Amino acid sequence: MYRSTVLVCGGTGCTSSGSIQVMDNLKEEIKKHGLAEEVEVVQTGCHGLCALGPIVIVYPDATYYANVQPEDAAEIVAEHLLKGRPVERLIYREEEKKELKTLNDTAFYKKQMRIALRNCGVIDPEKIEEYIGRGGYQALGKVLTEMTPEEVIQTILDSGLRGRGGAGFPTGLKWRFCAVNKVDPEYKYVCCNADEGDPGAFMDRSVLEGDPHALLEAMAIAGYAIGSAHGFVYVRAEYPLAVKRLEIAIAQAEEYGLLGKNIFGTDFSFDIKLRLGAGAFVCGEETALMTSIEGKRGEPRPRPPFPANKGLFQRPTILNNVETYANVTQIILKGADWFKSIGTETSKGTKVFALGGKITNTGLVEVPMGTTLREIVEEIGGGVPNGKKFKAAQTGGPSGGCIPMSEIDVPIDYENLLAIGSMMGSGGMIIMDEDNCMVDIAKFFMEFCVDESCGKCTPCRIGTKRMLEILNKITDGKGTLEDIQKLEELGNYIKDNALCGLGQTAPNPVLSTLHYFRDEYIAHVTEKKCIAGVCKALLSYVIDPDKCKGCTLCARQCPAKAITGTVKQPHVIDQEKCIKCGACMDACKFKAIYKK
Amino acid sequence: MACKMKNVPFKGTPEQEAALKVVIAELKDEKGSLMPIMQKAQDIYGYLPIEVQCIIANETGIPLEKIYGIATFYAQFALQPKGQYQISVCLGTACYVKGSGDVFNKLSEELGIGAGECTPDGKFSLESCRCVGACGLAPVVMINDAVYGRLTPDMVPEILAKY
Repeated sequence: MYRSTVLVCGGTGCTSSGSIQVMDNLKEEIKKHGLAEEVEVVQTGCHGLCALGPIVIVYPDATYYANVQPEDAAEIVAEHLLKGRPVERLIYREEEKKELKTLNDTAFYKKQMRIALRNCGVIDPEKIEEYIGRGGYQALGKVLTEMTPEEVIQTILDSGLRGRGGAGFPTGLKWRFCAVNKVDPEYKYVCCNADEGDPGAFMDRSVLEGDPHALLEAMAIAGYAIGSAHGFVYVRAEYPLAVKRLEIAIAQAEEYGLLGKNIFGTDFSFDIKLRLGAGAFVCGEETALMTSIEGKRGEPRPRPPFPANKGLFQRPTILNNVETYANVTQIILKGADWFKSIGTETSKGTKVFALGGKITNTGLVEVPMGTTLREIVEEIGGGVPNGKKFKAAQTGGPSGGCIPMSEIDVPIDYENLLAIGSMMGSGGMIIMDEDNCMVDIAKFFMEFCVDESCGKCTPCRIGTKRMLEILNKITDGKGTLEDIQKLEELGNYIKDNALCGLGQTAPNPVLSTLHYFRDEYIAHVTEKKCIAGVCKALLSYVIDPDKCKGCTLCARQCPAKAITGTVKQPHVIDQEKCIKCGACMDACKFKAIYKK
Repeated sequence: MACKMKNVPFKGTPEQEAALKVVIAELKDEKGSLMPIMQKAQDIYGYLPIEVQCIIANETGIPLEKIYGIATFYAQFALQPKGQYQISVCLGTACYVKGSGDVFNKLSEELGIGAGECTPDGKFSLESCRCVGACGLAPVVMINDAVYGRLTPDMVPEILAKY
């Protein structure tokens, strides 16, 4: 027994800000003070508050240290672990001088409810014993010894669990469609979509890195339910840490007899293999993902036939994403009624959002369905920093839309998000402030879709390209009102006619910004003005004659020789010559140059 | 993707070829193993020139045209060698709204190369990527395995000077 446990976050956010060095130093100091027998150091998965990394938590008192630097390790060990005096200056406080609170009372954690992320940041993901210690593999045991496959499916169906990766299809129904195909378990597959391609979403990575066994256990349960003996996890190659932890977890589960032949002494056998993606967003689409596992170009196939009947290798297959699986074990253990009691009428349980962009507390948050955007942004997220105003929240990644201030009080669930022109998607939530131009954001997502279109169907391959051209025209100041109309028509056409989910949703960012921020588009074409000051072609740099001291610094910096004036006299920028590089504005020491 | 180091002669060694053949022999009977083979091949050679694709085709009996189709479909496979230091700038949404586009332009300007290109001395290559999942540190740049977060364009020269 250790008298104290030190948890160091080993998620990607914290390791990027140096948590491994912090952990090594802590271990070193602990050894130096002869505390190695009394104090244990554990590298965990993500705690969620990535903006404050590296994060260190000391138990049993649950002291939450934020922004810990490697050189702070000595002080933490000497003061806190040896003498029992927490290091005040490193403890996370929401505001300066505010009283210290326990972790669960802070605004960031108070409104959260952790089901999918329950073990993330709590256990050492590389030790199966810690997962088992938190009730791991009990659900698999219960299913194999006490339940029939049909009962498992009925429980998942009753719980109201819906796919967390995109469209929100009922998970139990998906399993049932596949289960009714009575074929040899050798030729049925359970797949997991861990190819988290939505830029700005990283909850699946967090589960893979922080609680990999939860995924493996749920896949085995799914295998039992549908009658399959083989599972595949398709994981992004860009997530090396997740891949490593999955490999460790699979090896440990096999060693303990929790994967492999005759699990728990029953006649159920199930194995799981990893397949690495290779950087194609379209492979997040279910049929494309299966084609990719087969070792081909990841192009989607027309449906029907649906994967439940003809999926991987043309055999019955189910595919769910990581977060969906992460809910399964808890539903089995606590029952469908418990899960059903959380959330809204149509959307049950919780949803993890990756909060990013212009927000104080960037990180991962898990909230019950039905939480409003305002609660997420203002309470949990701590609001928009630097005194700027909230402009929009973008959800659903390249397939979603932008939610404006006017809809901020809508309770978030699948149906409500669709009704306001966005979608749940995988749960990326990027907050934008008044400095972000909505036309530019729409263009950003359209560039992404043009890049990632696989090229198989015409509406997506050519349509997205044409939409991007129109957007470029508008941001270059050459657009007309007719262009805006064309953009809308084309968007709706692609939506109705593209082959797969990627193409059908690709116009969403444009259509939703056109709906809520049409004024901005119109200002771009009629007044040739970008209110946010982002679109370079529409900006002009101007020198304020009252503030200019005539120091000539800007004129010397200007690569286009567009600035003229005599020493100690206000200078002027020749707008004809100006290439809008902004070098003069950076150079000016008197803040005399501004954009308009 | 264009590369400033065009027509780099293939410099594969017999040891690399032997290592690749071991991998292929191990995996080729497994269903859908072509991608894992190509990924391992890229680990061995650093990229997938046509010569390596030919070895895979000959050993597995899969037509070269199919292998080339896969190599060009996925962003991860490189047909041209990469620099000693591979710089990837995250242009995911969270980084983008916090100004990673400006960081990318600054890098491009400092190095004199564009996306997917390599400096003539083979030292740096530059590319954009979609989200490394460190959105809390946006904007983020990765140089090989090192992550640099919360960047502004004027920090770029200092970082490059470290290499």
